[in-house]
Amino acid sequence: MNWKRAAIGMAGAGAIIALFAFGMKQDPRDIGASPLKGRTAPDFALKVMDGPDSVRLADLRGKVVVLNFYASWCLECRDEHAVLQEAAAAYVPKGVQFFGVLYNDNPENGRSYLQEMGGQAYPTLLDPRTRTAIDYGVYGVPETFFISPDGHVASKKVGPITPAEIDTAIRQLMAQVQTGSVPR
Amino acid sequence: MTTAIALALALALAGPGPAASPAQATGAQGQATAKGDTPVSGAAAPSNNALRDSAVDAQTRVLAAGLRCPVCQGQSIQDSEAPLAGEMRELIREKLRQGDSPAEVRAYFVSKYGEWILLQPEAHGFTLAVYLLPVLGLLAGAVVVFLAARRWTRPVAAGAAEAEEPTVSVTEDRS
Repeated sequence: MNWKRAAIGMAGAGAIIALFAFGMKQDPRDIGASPLKGRTAPDFALKVMDGPDSVRLADLRGKVVVLNFYASWCLECRDEHAVLQEAAAAYVPKGVQFFGVLYNDNPENGRSYLQEMGGQAYPTLLDPRTRTAIDYGVYGVPETFFISPDGHVASKKVGPITPAEIDTAIRQLMAQVQTGSVPR
Repeated sequence: MTTAIALALALALAGPGPAASPAQATGAQGQATAKGDTPVSGAAAPSNNALRDSAVDAQTRVLAAGLRCPVCQGQSIQDSEAPLAGEMRELIREKLRQGDSPAEVRAYFVSKYGEWILLQPEAHGFTLAVYLLPVLGLLAGAVVVFLAARRWTRPVAAGAAEAEEPTVSVTEDRS
């Protein structure tokens, strides 16, 4: 037995195993982690779908903002619609601003979808050229962004959000508002 | 005969050239070109615009080919027909026209999507392994091949001497 050769072989195999082990420990969902987290949320001025007004993010400083990108053709958006409705009913009276952003869709389809889903407790904004979606690094829908009162992206959820996730994200931001320690 | 054909070709090429150019429809300079009054200066301004546009288009194609389509499977936004990819191509074109450099446009998309958006990852940090490991693997393979070839080409006498050694030890054991 050539121990030197065996040691080299084992070192090589060990390095490859370590590399695979490192890869296996990575969470594939983190690959889509937003680099915007902790940074200033991209400003936007978007028209409200059913109304004459536009909404500018810069005008919402001092408030927790929940921005949900959705589309009428998105099946998972249907799953989370009720969750967002309930959360909006609970948190809008406490000053949290909820907005839907219609992604890669036309307003007619958006209206039909909302009618089918039993309405929406918060306004939908139109992003006809998906520039705001690109600005927010949206991969697909649904995606939900939580923006802190000082205008930073606190967190992002890719895929349908659960009641626990939405509660945790909003409560953390509201607690930070109360204690005055908003993350940057 | 040959001269006549050459002349006919030259006339055919010279005739519709300026008249068919996009400059003609765009105003006075284009008309001057069509009339042949000032062919060089008349064509210069529109041609510069056309050249700039074609340069922007070429840069857009190069940049789009290096960016991953977020809603596709392993496709660049240049290759994808997804609406989002189309909007991203248009955004690249707009940013280049506004005077952003290709590096700035790339940095914009990385700032939004992270390095995931790059089809060819930057060679730093852990992704450096992607570039180094194949080279190291090739070097290791070359060393193995070199050592094996040296052994195979070793003189037969040396090999025979090695083969005799165990026989001696066996004999010693028996004694």
